Amino acid sequence: MNTLFDKIWDKHVVQIVKDGPTQLYIDRLYCHEVTSPQAFAGLRRRGLKCFRPDHIYCMPDHNTPTHDQDKPIEDPISKKQVDTLAQNAKDFGLSYYGMLDPRNGIIHVVGPERGLTLPGMTIVCGDSHTSTHGAMGAVAFGIGTSEVEMVMASQCILQQKPKTMRITVNGRLGRGVTAKDLALYIMSKITTSGATGYFVEYAGEAVRNLSMEGRLTLCNLSIEMGSRGGMVAPDETTFAYLKGREFAPKGADWDKAVAYWKTLKSGNDAVFDKEVTFDAADIQPMITYGTNPGMGIAITARIPAAQSSSDKKALKYMDFQEGDAMLGKHVDYVFLGACTNGRIEDFRAFASVVKGHHKAEGLTAWLVPGSWEVKKQIEAEGLDKVLAEAGFEIRQPGCSACLAMNDDKIPAGKYSVSTSNRNFEGRQGPGSRTMLASPLTAAAAAITGVVTDPRTYLK
Amino acid sequence: MKQKFNIIQSTCVPLPLENVDTDQIIPARFLKATTREGFGDNLFRDWRYNADGTPKKDFVLNNPKYSGEILVAGKNFGCGSSREHAAWAIADYGFRVVISSFFADIHKNNELNNFVLPVQVSEQFLAHLFESIKEDAKTLVTVNLPKQTVTNGKTGETEHFEINGYKKYCLENALDDIDFLLQNKDKIEAWEKANA
Ligand code: SF4
Repeated sequence: MNTLFDKIWDKHVVQIVKDGPTQLYIDRLYCHEVTSPQAFAGLRRRGLKCFRPDHIYCMPDHNTPTHDQDKPIEDPISKKQVDTLAQNAKDFGLSYYGMLDPRNGIIHVVGPERGLTLPGMTIVCGDSHTSTHGAMGAVAFGIGTSEVEMVMASQCILQQKPKTMRITVNGRLGRGVTAKDLALYIMSKITTSGATGYFVEYAGEAVRNLSMEGRLTLCNLSIEMGSRGGMVAPDETTFAYLKGREFAPKGADWDKAVAYWKTLKSGNDAVFDKEVTFDAADIQPMITYGTNPGMGIAITARIPAAQSSSDKKALKYMDFQEGDAMLGKHVDYVFLGACTNGRIEDFRAFASVVKGHHKAEGLTAWLVPGSWEVKKQIEAEGLDKVLAEAGFEIRQPGCSACLAMNDDKIPAGKYSVSTSNRNFEGRQGPGSRTMLASPLTAAAAAITGVVTDPRTYLK
Repeated sequence: MKQKFNIIQSTCVPLPLENVDTDQIIPARFLKATTREGFGDNLFRDWRYNADGTPKKDFVLNNPKYSGEILVAGKNFGCGSSREHAAWAIADYGFRVVISSFFADIHKNNELNNFVLPVQVSEQFLAHLFESIKEDAKTLVTVNLPKQTVTNGKTGETEHFEINGYKKYCLENALDDIDFLLQNKDKIEAWEKANA
């Protein structure tokens, strides 16, 4: 009670249905091309319009190619999904940012970056990584297709209120230890189902000291801990990030908004259903060795003994042995991008490591900005030149090799160090082997061709 | 699909198998459609049809002896994948009630959201019902939603079943979540006004 989550949730309660769920008002519905067609079809069947079209934003991201976006998409199924979203957005009068639109990108990168995602909002999308937006101090979670239709029709959703959990990280993160490492560390401790049934608030000095980009990375991975969502109370970092963004309030509205946002924090007397605490000093750069994001270890550690048949299956899939050191493992591909680590800070981090070095012989690197805005910023800062000198090329924005729905697929049996969020079997392409890590660690692997401690390359 | 639910009296289609999973109810290869209609044709597809598309004579949906709006199935009906398509297929085929001694949680909700009433009965009631149908395919079963009772017309056995108050209201009034929300538009608008 009296948690940040309660404050936002309770404010959005339209009614608590007798003997039933809570009716919650939704401030923003984001739609991408994969999980929306049946919802639109449902509205048509009922002869309904969208109840609040100005609350709904659509953009394709999963199927978009990362090159030649000015040409038609080659894969007919991908093309059909993207075209269907464009048509639906048009028919229902919704904002639509198609490929090549300067506002296009991965929906979870674009929302915060455009100031569409604001503190205190309720936000949903037919996508589990909607949890990302919680970093801005919003209640944001993924929903199913029937629920997407529900929100389109009424701007409300029927939900049971989840329990609350606070994860506090005390102290300061060490050199070369990023938000990604923090998230992988938490998951390695509480497992991928450790937060199931809870909504998480991240707190503590280490979280407070994260940049906005870092908080977005942390909240992005909430779903991989089993939680529907995660959030960070808004503060000066949040306000500074948002100020002047396209859809953020302006002038007197801004001052009014900030005054309200400042009230959005858990009270000193807040009671959480569960509390977990970590010490930042215990955290090293992390890397995963298995086939779920909870199978992470410090990059300098050795692969632990398998505890179960699924651990054994994972090691077999990765072709790793118990007791192996991760350092020195061969890497074929490096993927920098996704809604986890496709933001400007991630490209800065990557560039800072590879500067003055060269891409490893025989290694393929895909550097995919999370949005056109990120790409523009990369160029404005001259990072593209630094990267080009080191042998790296920037691609066009989209989800790309995070789930390999477009043609960026890691071939079977090949190893990738990836900044995305899921290392499931076949996630980056059938038979692909994924090691999840931070942009710094990805960069160190990209210039050496093997798993490398990024701290060796920090200037 | 959306009819007011009150009292249903019907003959039954018996499926005396346990752990019928949603992959069997609707195989994964039918999930690519972009609409919700037409799934009934593929309900139990691989049990119902041979690879060449001809009906399998021994499957109950192909037996003219059995018909009706009530499917009677063994324990743990609808387990496995959470796909809502399974409920779409059951409803689209024309079933309005599924009787079993246990339902998988997510599937149960999916049925309710698609106007199919899952009626959970005791093992004994279920066993007797299968026997009754076997002896007489014309056995009538009565499902009384207002009273929350189910009656085996052959033996006269009656049992009470559970349903949450909100969902009962939705079924009785042929409202789904969206209708319910639209019906509460005044409340939504009032919220918007108060929070403008
Ligand atoms: S980048 Fe990956 S995780 Fe993020 S929305 Fe796209 S596919 Fe999902």
